[in-house]
Amino acid sequence: MTEELVVNIGPSHPSTHGVCRMVTTLDGEIVRHVEVVIGHLHRGIEKMAENRTYLQVVPLTDRLDYVGSMYANWAYCRAVERLAGIRVPERAEYLRVIVCELQRIASHMMSVGPAGADVGATTAFMYTFAQREQVVDLFEQLCGARLTYNYVRPGGVSMDVPEGWVDNVRAFCRSHPSAMAEVDRFLFGNVIARQRMKGIGVLAPEDAVAWGASGPVARGSGVSWDLRRDDSYSVYPRLDFDIPLGSNGDCYDRARVRLWEAIESCRIIEQALDQIEPGPVMAEAVPRLITPRPGEAYDHIEGARGSLGVYLVSDGTPRPYRMKVRSPAFCNLALVPMLAEGHTLSDLVVILGSLDPVFGEVDR
Amino acid sequence: MNINELREHLCSEYPDLCPLFSVEFGDGSLTVAAERLYSAASDMRDLGFDRLGMVTAVDRGETFELVYRVTSREMRAGIFLKAEVPREDPHIKSLCDLWPAANWHEREVYDMFGIVFDGHPDLRRILLTDDWVGYPLRKDYEDERMIRRPDYI
Repeated sequence: MTEELVVNIGPSHPSTHGVCRMVTTLDGEIVRHVEVVIGHLHRGIEKMAENRTYLQVVPLTDRLDYVGSMYANWAYCRAVERLAGIRVPERAEYLRVIVCELQRIASHMMSVGPAGADVGATTAFMYTFAQREQVVDLFEQLCGARLTYNYVRPGGVSMDVPEGWVDNVRAFCRSHPSAMAEVDRFLFGNVIARQRMKGIGVLAPEDAVAWGASGPVARGSGVSWDLRRDDSYSVYPRLDFDIPLGSNGDCYDRARVRLWEAIESCRIIEQALDQIEPGPVMAEAVPRLITPRPGEAYDHIEGARGSLGVYLVSDGTPRPYRMKVRSPAFCNLALVPMLAEGHTLSDLVVILGSLDPVFGEVDR
Repeated sequence: MNINELREHLCSEYPDLCPLFSVEFGDGSLTVAAERLYSAASDMRDLGFDRLGMVTAVDRGETFELVYRVTSREMRAGIFLKAEVPREDPHIKSLCDLWPAANWHEREVYDMFGIVFDGHPDLRRILLTDDWVGYPLRKDYEDERMIRRPDYI
Protein backbone atom coordinates (compact mmCIF):
# COMPACT_ATOMS: atom_id res chain seq x y z
CA MET A 1 0.00 0.00 0.00
CA THR A 2 1.51 3.26 -1.11
CA GLU A 3 0.12 6.72 -0.69
CA GLU A 4 -2.95 7.11 -2.88
CA LEU A 5 -2.57 9.43 -5.79
CA VAL A 6 -5.35 11.09 -7.74
CA VAL A 7 -4.60 11.36 -11.45
CA ASN A 8 -6.81 13.23 -13.84
CA ILE A 9 -6.98 11.68 -17.33
CA GLY A 10 -8.63 13.61 -20.09
CA PRO A 11 -10.92 15.05 -21.29
CA SER A 12 -8.63 15.34 -24.30
CA HIS A 13 -6.53 12.24 -24.27
CA PRO A 14 -6.15 9.95 -27.25
CA SER A 15 -6.65 6.78 -25.28
CA THR A 16 -10.00 7.91 -23.93
CA HIS A 17 -11.60 7.28 -27.34
CA GLY A 18 -13.27 10.66 -27.29
CA VAL A 19 -13.74 13.47 -24.83
CA CYS A 20 -14.08 11.64 -21.56
CA ARG A 21 -12.48 12.63 -18.29
CA MET A 22 -11.52 9.99 -15.77
CA VAL A 23 -10.55 11.01 -12.26
CA THR A 24 -8.51 8.03 -11.19
CA THR A 25 -7.38 7.16 -7.68
CA LEU A 26 -4.20 5.14 -7.87
CA ASP A 27 -2.41 2.97 -5.38
CA GLY A 28 0.96 2.65 -7.04
CA GLU A 29 -0.06 1.48 -10.48
CA ILE A 30 -3.31 -0.14 -9.36
CA VAL A 31 -6.59 1.66 -9.98
CA ARG A 32 -8.59 1.89 -6.78
CA HIS A 33 -11.39 4.07 -7.99
CA VAL A 34 -12.42 5.79 -11.20
CA GLU A 35 -14.92 8.56 -11.57
CA VAL A 36 -16.07 9.04 -15.13
CA VAL A 37 -16.93 12.63 -15.95
CA ILE A 38 -18.94 12.98 -19.14
CA GLY A 39 -20.78 15.78 -20.85
CA HIS A 40 -17.91 17.46 -22.67
CA LEU A 41 -19.65 16.85 -25.98
CA HIS A 42 -23.14 17.69 -24.76
CA ARG A 43 -24.88 19.71 -27.46
CA GLY A 44 -28.41 19.48 -26.15
CA ILE A 45 -29.71 17.50 -29.10
CA GLU A 46 -32.84 16.49 -27.18
CA LYS A 47 -33.64 20.14 -26.53
CA MET A 48 -32.80 21.16 -30.09
CA ALA A 49 -35.19 18.52 -31.40
CA GLU A 50 -38.08 20.21 -29.59
CA ASN A 51 -37.52 23.26 -31.75
CA ARG A 52 -37.49 21.53 -35.15
CA THR A 53 -39.95 19.71 -37.35
CA TYR A 54 -39.88 15.93 -37.46
CA LEU A 55 -37.94 15.95 -40.72
CA GLN A 56 -35.44 18.52 -39.50
CA VAL A 57 -34.52 16.28 -36.58
CA VAL A 58 -33.12 13.54 -38.84
CA PRO A 59 -29.78 15.35 -39.45
CA LEU A 60 -29.48 15.89 -35.69
CA THR A 61 -29.67 12.15 -35.12
CA ASP A 62 -26.69 11.76 -37.47
CA ARG A 63 -24.63 13.64 -34.93
CA LEU A 64 -25.47 11.34 -32.04
CA ASP A 65 -23.35 8.33 -32.85
CA TYR A 66 -21.14 9.71 -35.59
CA VAL A 67 -19.42 6.36 -36.10
CA GLY A 68 -22.76 4.71 -36.80
CA SER A 69 -25.09 7.43 -38.02
CA MET A 70 -27.43 5.08 -39.83
CA TYR A 71 -28.58 3.53 -36.57
CA ALA A 72 -29.74 6.72 -34.95
CA ASN A 73 -31.43 7.70 -38.24
CA TRP A 74 -33.26 4.44 -38.32
CA ALA A 75 -34.26 4.30 -34.65
CA TYR A 76 -35.62 7.83 -34.86
CA CYS A 77 -37.47 7.16 -38.12
CA ARG A 78 -39.04 4.03 -36.70
CA ALA A 79 -40.34 6.03 -33.75
CA VAL A 80 -41.74 8.70 -36.08
CA GLU A 81 -43.34 6.07 -38.32
CA ARG A 82 -44.92 4.41 -35.31
CA LEU A 83 -46.18 7.74 -34.05
CA ALA A 84 -47.54 8.92 -37.40
CA GLY A 85 -48.66 5.52 -38.69
CA ILE A 86 -46.46 5.52 -41.80
CA ARG A 87 -45.95 2.21 -43.60
CA VAL A 88 -42.54 1.71 -45.13
CA PRO A 89 -42.19 -0.01 -48.53
CA GLU A 90 -40.46 -3.36 -48.47
CA ARG A 91 -37.55 -2.30 -50.63
CA ALA A 92 -36.79 0.51 -48.23
CA GLU A 93 -36.81 -1.95 -45.31
CA TYR A 94 -34.28 -4.12 -47.14
CA LEU A 95 -32.11 -1.12 -47.96
CA ARG A 96 -32.22 -0.08 -44.31
CA VAL A 97 -31.09 -3.52 -43.21
CA ILE A 98 -28.30 -3.51 -45.80
CA VAL A 99 -26.95 -0.08 -44.91
CA CYS A 100 -27.22 -0.76 -41.19
CA GLU A 101 -25.32 -4.01 -41.45
CA LEU A 102 -22.68 -2.22 -43.52
CA GLN A 103 -22.67 0.40 -40.79
CA ARG A 104 -22.17 -2.31 -38.18
CA ILE A 105 -19.06 -3.43 -40.04
CA ALA A 106 -17.76 0.15 -40.31
CA SER A 107 -18.46 0.80 -36.66
CA HIS A 108 -16.97 -2.45 -35.37
CA MET A 109 -13.84 -1.84 -37.44
CA MET A 110 -13.50 1.40 -35.51
CA SER A 111 -13.53 -0.64 -32.32
CA VAL A 112 -11.57 -3.81 -33.13
CA GLY A 113 -8.64 -1.91 -34.62
CA PRO A 114 -8.23 0.52 -31.71
CA ALA A 115 -8.61 -2.44 -29.31
CA GLY A 116 -5.33 -3.61 -30.82
CA ALA A 117 -3.84 -0.13 -30.75
CA ASP A 118 -4.70 0.15 -27.04
CA VAL A 119 -2.49 -2.82 -26.28
CA GLY A 120 0.27 -1.70 -28.61
CA ALA A 121 -0.63 -3.78 -31.67
CA THR A 122 -1.03 -0.86 -34.06
CA THR A 123 -0.93 -3.06 -37.17
CA ALA A 124 -4.51 -4.25 -36.69
CA PHE A 125 -5.67 -0.65 -36.74
CA MET A 126 -4.41 -0.21 -40.31
CA TYR A 127 -6.08 -3.39 -41.50
CA THR A 128 -9.45 -2.66 -39.94
CA PHE A 129 -9.35 0.90 -41.19
CA ALA A 130 -8.79 -0.33 -44.71
CA GLN A 131 -12.04 -2.31 -44.35
CA ARG A 132 -13.87 0.64 -42.84
CA GLU A 133 -12.69 2.82 -45.67
CA GLN A 134 -14.29 0.47 -48.19
CA VAL A 135 -17.63 0.67 -46.39
CA VAL A 136 -17.43 4.44 -46.16
CA ASP A 137 -16.73 4.55 -49.90
CA LEU A 138 -19.85 2.47 -50.49
CA PHE A 139 -21.86 4.97 -48.44
CA GLU A 140 -20.37 7.82 -50.39
CA GLN A 141 -21.52 6.20 -53.63
CA LEU A 142 -24.92 5.62 -52.10
CA CYS A 143 -25.75 9.01 -50.64
CA GLY A 144 -22.78 11.29 -51.11
CA ALA A 145 -21.80 11.50 -47.46
CA ARG A 146 -19.05 9.65 -45.69
CA LEU A 147 -19.92 10.23 -42.06
CA THR A 148 -23.32 11.79 -41.46
CA TYR A 149 -25.60 10.19 -44.00
CA ASN A 150 -29.11 11.46 -43.35
CA TYR A 151 -30.10 8.50 -45.52
CA VAL A 152 -32.89 6.85 -43.57
CA ARG A 153 -35.89 9.19 -43.55
CA PRO A 154 -39.36 8.86 -42.09
CA GLY A 155 -41.21 6.72 -44.65
CA GLY A 156 -38.25 5.04 -46.28
CA VAL A 157 -34.81 6.04 -47.46
CA SER A 158 -33.74 9.20 -49.26
CA MET A 159 -32.80 7.60 -52.59
CA ASP A 160 -32.48 4.28 -54.36
CA VAL A 161 -29.10 2.67 -54.91
CA PRO A 162 -26.95 3.93 -57.80
CA GLU A 163 -26.00 1.74 -60.72
CA GLY A 164 -23.35 -0.84 -59.90
CA TRP A 165 -23.64 -0.30 -56.15
CA VAL A 166 -25.06 -3.75 -55.45
CA ASP A 167 -22.13 -5.38 -57.25
CA ASN A 168 -19.70 -3.31 -55.21
CA VAL A 169 -21.40 -4.40 -51.99
CA ARG A 170 -21.30 -8.03 -53.07
CA ALA A 171 -17.60 -7.74 -53.90
CA PHE A 172 -16.95 -6.22 -50.49
CA CYS A 173 -18.91 -8.97 -48.73
CA ARG A 174 -16.87 -11.59 -50.52
CA SER A 175 -13.54 -10.11 -49.49
CA HIS A 176 -14.40 -8.97 -45.97
CA PRO A 177 -14.54 -12.33 -44.11
CA SER A 178 -11.05 -13.32 -45.23
CA ALA A 179 -9.70 -9.92 -44.17
CA MET A 180 -11.34 -10.50 -40.78
CA ALA A 181 -9.84 -13.96 -40.51
CA GLU A 182 -6.46 -12.37 -41.04
CA VAL A 183 -7.07 -9.77 -38.34
CA ASP A 184 -8.31 -12.53 -36.06
CA ARG A 185 -5.10 -14.45 -36.60
CA PHE A 186 -2.62 -11.67 -36.05
CA LEU A 187 -4.48 -9.69 -33.41
CA PHE A 188 -6.36 -12.24 -31.35
CA GLY A 189 -3.77 -14.93 -31.97
CA ASN A 190 -0.96 -12.66 -30.88
CA VAL A 191 0.38 -13.74 -27.51
CA ILE A 192 0.99 -10.19 -26.26
CA ALA A 193 -2.46 -8.98 -27.25
CA ARG A 194 -4.01 -12.03 -25.64
CA GLN A 195 -2.16 -11.48 -22.40
CA ARG A 196 -3.10 -7.82 -22.35
CA MET A 197 -6.79 -8.48 -23.02
CA LYS A 198 -7.62 -11.85 -21.43
CA GLY A 199 -8.98 -11.66 -17.92
CA ILE A 200 -9.02 -7.85 -17.98
CA GLY A 201 -12.23 -6.05 -17.07
CA VAL A 202 -14.34 -9.15 -16.50
CA LEU A 203 -18.06 -8.39 -16.61
CA ALA A 204 -20.28 -11.05 -15.03
CA PRO A 205 -23.50 -11.79 -16.97
CA GLU A 206 -25.74 -10.81 -14.03
CA ASP A 207 -23.90 -7.49 -13.72
CA ALA A 208 -24.31 -6.91 -17.45
CA VAL A 209 -28.07 -7.30 -17.08
CA ALA A 210 -28.37 -5.29 -13.86
CA TRP A 211 -26.38 -2.40 -15.32
CA GLY A 212 -28.43 -2.40 -18.50
CA ALA A 213 -25.49 -3.25 -20.74
CA SER A 214 -26.39 -4.28 -24.25
CA GLY A 215 -24.83 -5.06 -27.58
CA PRO A 216 -21.37 -6.63 -27.81
CA VAL A 217 -20.64 -5.64 -24.21
CA ALA A 218 -23.45 -7.84 -22.90
CA ARG A 219 -22.89 -10.54 -25.52
CA GLY A 220 -19.19 -10.70 -24.66
CA SER A 221 -20.33 -11.86 -21.21
CA GLY A 222 -22.53 -14.52 -22.75
CA VAL A 223 -25.85 -12.67 -22.35
CA SER A 224 -27.72 -13.78 -25.44
CA TRP A 225 -29.72 -10.65 -26.15
CA ASP A 226 -29.95 -9.16 -29.60
CA LEU A 227 -32.96 -7.14 -30.69
CA ARG A 228 -32.54 -8.31 -34.27
CA ARG A 229 -33.63 -11.72 -33.03
CA ASP A 230 -35.37 -11.06 -29.70
CA ASP A 231 -37.61 -8.24 -30.86
CA SER A 232 -37.23 -8.89 -34.52
CA TYR A 233 -38.01 -5.78 -36.54
CA SER A 234 -38.04 -4.85 -40.21
CA VAL A 235 -37.12 -7.85 -42.41
CA TYR A 236 -34.79 -9.55 -39.93
CA PRO A 237 -37.21 -12.48 -39.37
CA ARG A 238 -36.58 -13.51 -42.99
CA LEU A 239 -32.82 -13.52 -42.59
CA ASP A 240 -30.72 -16.27 -41.11
CA PHE A 241 -27.81 -15.26 -38.91
CA ASP A 242 -25.96 -16.31 -35.78
CA ILE A 243 -25.31 -14.19 -32.74
CA PRO A 244 -21.72 -14.58 -31.57
CA LEU A 245 -21.34 -14.86 -27.80
CA GLY A 246 -18.34 -14.59 -25.54
CA SER A 247 -17.82 -16.74 -22.49
CA ASN A 248 -15.52 -14.88 -20.09
CA GLY A 249 -16.79 -11.32 -20.43
CA ASP A 250 -13.30 -9.85 -20.60
CA CYS A 251 -11.88 -7.30 -23.05
CA TYR A 252 -10.74 -10.08 -25.32
CA ASP A 253 -14.24 -11.55 -25.65
CA ARG A 254 -15.88 -8.19 -26.23
CA ALA A 255 -13.46 -7.31 -29.01
CA ARG A 256 -13.71 -10.73 -30.58
CA VAL A 257 -17.51 -10.72 -30.52
CA ARG A 258 -17.35 -7.53 -32.60
CA LEU A 259 -15.03 -9.15 -35.09
CA TRP A 260 -17.39 -12.09 -35.56
CA GLU A 261 -20.42 -9.85 -35.75
CA ALA A 262 -18.75 -8.04 -38.61
CA ILE A 263 -18.47 -11.36 -40.44
CA GLU A 264 -22.10 -12.28 -39.66
CA SER A 265 -23.16 -8.92 -41.07
CA CYS A 266 -21.75 -9.96 -44.46
CA ARG A 267 -24.00 -13.01 -44.38
CA ILE A 268 -27.01 -10.84 -43.61
CA ILE A 269 -26.18 -8.40 -46.39
CA GLU A 270 -25.77 -11.17 -48.96
CA GLN A 271 -29.14 -12.68 -48.05
CA ALA A 272 -30.83 -9.28 -48.14
CA LEU A 273 -29.34 -8.58 -51.56
CA ASP A 274 -30.69 -11.92 -52.80
CA GLN A 275 -34.17 -11.19 -51.48
CA ILE A 276 -34.56 -7.52 -52.36
CA GLU A 277 -37.03 -6.71 -55.13
CA PRO A 278 -37.51 -3.56 -57.20
CA GLY A 279 -40.05 -1.10 -55.93
CA PRO A 280 -40.48 2.30 -54.31
CA VAL A 281 -38.06 3.33 -51.58
CA MET A 282 -40.28 5.94 -49.95
CA ALA A 283 -43.80 5.64 -48.65
CA GLU A 284 -46.40 7.50 -50.65
CA ALA A 285 -47.72 10.81 -49.44
CA VAL A 286 -45.41 11.38 -46.51
CA PRO A 287 -46.07 15.07 -45.86
CA ARG A 288 -43.25 17.56 -45.57
CA LEU A 289 -44.78 18.57 -42.30
CA ILE A 290 -45.44 15.39 -40.39
CA THR A 291 -48.09 16.17 -37.78
CA PRO A 292 -48.78 13.08 -35.71
CA ARG A 293 -51.67 12.71 -33.29
CA PRO A 294 -50.85 13.51 -29.66
CA GLY A 295 -49.29 10.52 -27.99
CA GLU A 296 -46.02 8.81 -27.53
CA ALA A 297 -44.02 6.14 -29.28
CA TYR A 298 -40.89 4.22 -28.53
CA ASP A 299 -38.90 2.11 -30.88
CA HIS A 300 -35.52 0.54 -30.67
CA ILE A 301 -33.06 -1.24 -32.90
CA GLU A 302 -29.88 -3.15 -32.34
CA GLY A 303 -27.17 -0.63 -33.05
CA ALA A 304 -23.48 -1.40 -33.17
CA ARG A 305 -23.18 -0.51 -29.50
CA GLY A 306 -26.41 -2.10 -28.28
CA SER A 307 -30.09 -1.32 -27.89
CA LEU A 308 -30.61 2.13 -29.31
CA GLY A 309 -34.06 3.46 -28.53
CA VAL A 310 -35.88 6.68 -29.30
CA TYR A 311 -38.83 7.83 -27.20
CA LEU A 312 -40.95 10.48 -28.87
CA VAL A 313 -43.80 12.46 -27.37
CA SER A 314 -46.11 14.38 -29.68
CA ASP A 315 -48.54 17.10 -28.68
CA GLY A 316 -50.19 17.23 -32.09
CA THR A 317 -47.97 20.00 -33.46
CA PRO A 318 -45.42 19.53 -36.27
CA ARG A 319 -42.59 19.49 -33.74
CA PRO A 320 -41.73 16.77 -31.25
CA TYR A 321 -42.76 17.73 -27.74
CA ARG A 322 -40.00 15.61 -26.30
CA MET A 323 -37.38 13.33 -27.75
CA LYS A 324 -35.35 11.01 -25.59
CA VAL A 325 -32.54 8.92 -26.97
CA ARG A 326 -31.81 5.76 -25.03
CA SER A 327 -28.15 5.56 -25.77
CA PRO A 328 -26.44 2.18 -25.38
CA ALA A 329 -22.99 3.75 -25.03
CA PHE A 330 -24.21 5.81 -22.06
CA CYS A 331 -25.33 2.67 -20.22
CA ASN A 332 -22.22 0.71 -21.14
CA LEU A 333 -19.89 3.49 -20.05
CA ALA A 334 -21.36 3.42 -16.53
CA LEU A 335 -19.59 0.08 -16.11
CA VAL A 336 -16.07 1.57 -16.23
CA PRO A 337 -15.64 2.17 -12.45
CA MET A 338 -16.71 -1.38 -11.67
CA LEU A 339 -14.60 -3.03 -14.37
CA ALA A 340 -11.42 -1.03 -13.84
CA GLU A 341 -11.12 -1.43 -10.09
CA GLY A 342 -8.07 -3.48 -9.18
CA HIS A 343 -6.50 -3.36 -12.62
CA THR A 344 -3.46 -1.31 -13.60
CA LEU A 345 -3.66 2.15 -15.11
CA SER A 346 -2.62 0.83 -18.52
CA ASP A 347 -5.49 -1.66 -18.40
CA LEU A 348 -7.96 1.13 -17.74
CA VAL A 349 -7.45 2.33 -21.30
CA VAL A 350 -8.04 -1.17 -22.66
CA ILE A 351 -11.22 -1.51 -20.61
CA LEU A 352 -12.60 1.81 -21.78
CA GLY A 353 -11.80 0.90 -25.39
CA SER A 354 -13.48 -2.48 -25.04
CA LEU A 355 -16.78 -0.77 -24.15
CA ASP A 356 -16.55 1.12 -27.45
CA PRO A 357 -18.06 4.40 -26.30
CA VAL A 358 -18.83 7.11 -28.84
CA PHE A 359 -19.16 10.34 -26.95
CA GLY A 360 -21.50 11.99 -29.37
CA GLU A 361 -24.04 9.44 -28.25
CA VAL A 362 -23.07 9.35 -24.58
CA ASP A 363 -23.36 13.12 -24.16
CA ARG A 364 -26.02 13.83 -26.82
CA MET B 1 -44.99 -16.77 -17.22
CA ASN B 2 -45.94 -15.58 -20.65
CA ILE B 3 -47.01 -12.10 -21.55
CA ASN B 4 -50.76 -12.77 -21.25
CA GLU B 5 -50.40 -14.21 -17.78
CA LEU B 6 -48.32 -11.21 -16.93
CA ARG B 7 -51.07 -8.96 -18.15
CA GLU B 8 -53.64 -10.74 -16.01
CA HIS B 9 -51.37 -10.58 -13.02
CA LEU B 10 -50.74 -6.89 -13.47
CA CYS B 11 -54.42 -6.22 -13.99
CA SER B 12 -55.33 -7.91 -10.73
CA GLU B 13 -52.56 -6.04 -8.96
CA TYR B 14 -53.31 -2.64 -10.48
CA PRO B 15 -56.99 -2.81 -11.51
CA ASP B 16 -57.46 0.92 -11.97
CA LEU B 17 -54.68 1.06 -14.55
CA CYS B 18 -55.53 -1.92 -16.65
CA PRO B 19 -57.53 -0.45 -19.55
CA LEU B 20 -54.53 1.27 -21.07
CA PHE B 21 -52.25 -1.68 -20.71
CA SER B 22 -51.17 -3.21 -23.99
CA VAL B 23 -48.82 -6.09 -24.52
CA GLU B 24 -47.16 -5.23 -27.77
CA PHE B 25 -43.41 -5.04 -27.36
CA GLY B 26 -42.45 -1.52 -26.47
CA ASP B 27 -45.98 -0.35 -25.92
CA GLY B 28 -46.97 -1.88 -22.60
CA SER B 29 -47.49 0.96 -20.24
CA LEU B 30 -48.55 1.26 -16.63
CA THR B 31 -49.12 4.50 -14.74
CA VAL B 32 -48.80 4.35 -10.99
CA ALA B 33 -48.91 6.92 -8.22
CA ALA B 34 -45.49 8.34 -7.44
CA GLU B 35 -45.42 6.85 -3.95
CA ARG B 36 -46.21 3.39 -5.35
CA LEU B 37 -43.61 3.52 -8.09
CA TYR B 38 -40.85 1.89 -6.11
CA SER B 39 -42.98 -1.05 -5.00
CA ALA B 40 -44.40 -1.47 -8.51
CA ALA B 41 -40.88 -1.46 -9.95
CA SER B 42 -39.78 -3.93 -7.31
CA ASP B 43 -42.71 -6.21 -8.22
CA MET B 44 -41.81 -5.95 -11.86
CA ARG B 45 -38.27 -6.94 -11.12
CA ASP B 46 -39.43 -9.96 -9.15
CA LEU B 47 -41.70 -10.91 -12.06
CA GLY B 48 -38.67 -11.22 -14.30
CA PHE B 49 -38.20 -7.73 -15.65
CA ASP B 50 -34.50 -7.88 -15.05
CA ARG B 51 -33.34 -4.90 -17.07
CA LEU B 52 -33.93 -1.20 -16.61
CA GLY B 53 -33.67 0.24 -20.08
CA MET B 54 -33.99 3.94 -19.45
CA VAL B 55 -35.35 6.61 -17.16
CA THR B 56 -36.62 9.87 -18.52
CA ALA B 57 -39.15 12.57 -17.85
CA VAL B 58 -41.60 14.69 -19.80
CA ASP B 59 -42.58 18.20 -18.81
CA ARG B 60 -46.40 18.14 -18.59
CA GLY B 61 -46.88 21.65 -17.29
CA GLU B 62 -48.19 21.31 -13.75
CA THR B 63 -46.44 17.98 -13.31
CA PHE B 64 -43.48 16.02 -14.58
CA GLU B 65 -44.18 12.60 -15.97
CA LEU B 66 -41.43 10.15 -15.14
CA VAL B 67 -41.00 7.31 -17.61
CA TYR B 68 -39.14 4.13 -16.73
CA ARG B 69 -38.66 1.36 -19.21
CA VAL B 70 -38.18 -2.15 -17.86
CA THR B 71 -37.67 -5.15 -20.08
CA SER B 72 -37.62 -8.87 -19.61
CA ARG B 73 -35.39 -11.10 -21.66
CA GLU B 74 -37.35 -14.17 -20.68
CA MET B 75 -40.73 -12.80 -21.75
CA ARG B 76 -39.26 -10.73 -24.55
CA ALA B 77 -41.41 -7.88 -23.37
CA GLY B 78 -40.91 -4.32 -22.33
CA ILE B 79 -43.13 -2.11 -20.22
CA PHE B 80 -43.19 1.58 -19.47
CA LEU B 81 -43.77 2.47 -15.86
CA LYS B 82 -44.97 6.01 -15.47
CA ALA B 83 -45.53 8.24 -12.49
CA GLU B 84 -46.32 11.92 -12.11
CA VAL B 85 -44.61 14.22 -9.66
CA PRO B 86 -45.59 17.84 -8.97
CA ARG B 87 -43.60 20.62 -10.59
CA GLU B 88 -43.02 22.30 -7.25
CA ASP B 89 -40.43 20.39 -5.27
CA PRO B 90 -40.47 17.16 -7.34
CA HIS B 91 -39.34 14.08 -5.41
CA ILE B 92 -39.42 10.37 -6.07
CA LYS B 93 -37.72 7.35 -4.57
CA SER B 94 -34.61 6.23 -6.39
CA LEU B 95 -34.49 2.78 -8.00
CA CYS B 96 -30.72 2.49 -7.62
CA ASP B 97 -30.92 -0.37 -5.15
CA LEU B 98 -33.15 -2.36 -7.53
CA TRP B 99 -31.07 -1.77 -10.65
CA PRO B 100 -27.62 -0.17 -10.47
CA ALA B 101 -28.29 1.00 -14.03
CA ALA B 102 -30.65 3.62 -12.57
CA ASN B 103 -27.68 5.55 -11.19
CA TRP B 104 -26.64 7.46 -14.31
CA HIS B 105 -30.14 7.66 -15.75
CA GLU B 106 -31.52 9.29 -12.63
CA ARG B 107 -28.59 11.67 -12.51
CA GLU B 108 -29.43 12.70 -16.05
CA VAL B 109 -33.09 13.31 -15.20
CA TYR B 110 -31.99 15.33 -12.17
CA ASP B 111 -29.62 17.28 -14.40
CA MET B 112 -32.20 18.07 -17.06
CA PHE B 113 -35.43 18.37 -15.03
CA GLY B 114 -34.37 18.96 -11.44
CA ILE B 115 -36.31 15.98 -10.14
CA VAL B 116 -34.77 14.77 -6.88
CA PHE B 117 -34.36 11.03 -6.46
CA ASP B 118 -34.51 10.22 -2.76
CA GLY B 119 -31.98 7.62 -1.70
CA HIS B 120 -29.76 8.07 -4.74
CA PRO B 121 -26.15 7.46 -3.67
CA ASP B 122 -24.56 10.20 -5.76
CA LEU B 123 -27.11 12.68 -7.07
CA ARG B 124 -25.08 15.26 -9.01
CA ARG B 125 -25.33 16.79 -12.44
CA ILE B 126 -23.93 14.45 -15.07
CA LEU B 127 -23.92 16.11 -18.50
CA LEU B 128 -23.82 19.78 -17.50
CA THR B 129 -21.27 21.43 -15.28
CA ASP B 130 -21.88 21.47 -11.54
CA ASP B 131 -22.45 25.24 -11.49
CA TRP B 132 -25.10 25.26 -14.21
CA VAL B 133 -28.20 27.29 -13.36
CA GLY B 134 -31.59 25.88 -14.25
CA TYR B 135 -32.83 22.64 -15.77
CA PRO B 136 -32.66 22.82 -19.56
CA LEU B 137 -35.29 20.30 -20.60
CA ARG B 138 -38.01 22.05 -18.64
CA LYS B 139 -40.23 23.91 -21.06
CA ASP B 140 -39.86 27.21 -19.19
CA TYR B 141 -36.05 27.15 -19.31
CA GLU B 142 -34.55 30.38 -20.55
CA ASP B 143 -30.96 31.10 -21.48
CA GLU B 144 -29.64 34.12 -23.36
CA ARG B 145 -27.56 31.81 -25.57
CA MET B 146 -30.63 29.90 -26.70
CA ILE B 147 -31.82 30.69 -30.21
CA ARG B 148 -35.42 29.94 -31.07
CA ARG B 149 -36.03 28.94 -34.65
CA PRO B 150 -38.46 31.29 -36.38
CA ASP B 151 -41.94 29.91 -36.71
CA TYR B 152 -42.04 29.77 -40.53
CA ILE B 153 -41.22 26.03 -40.43
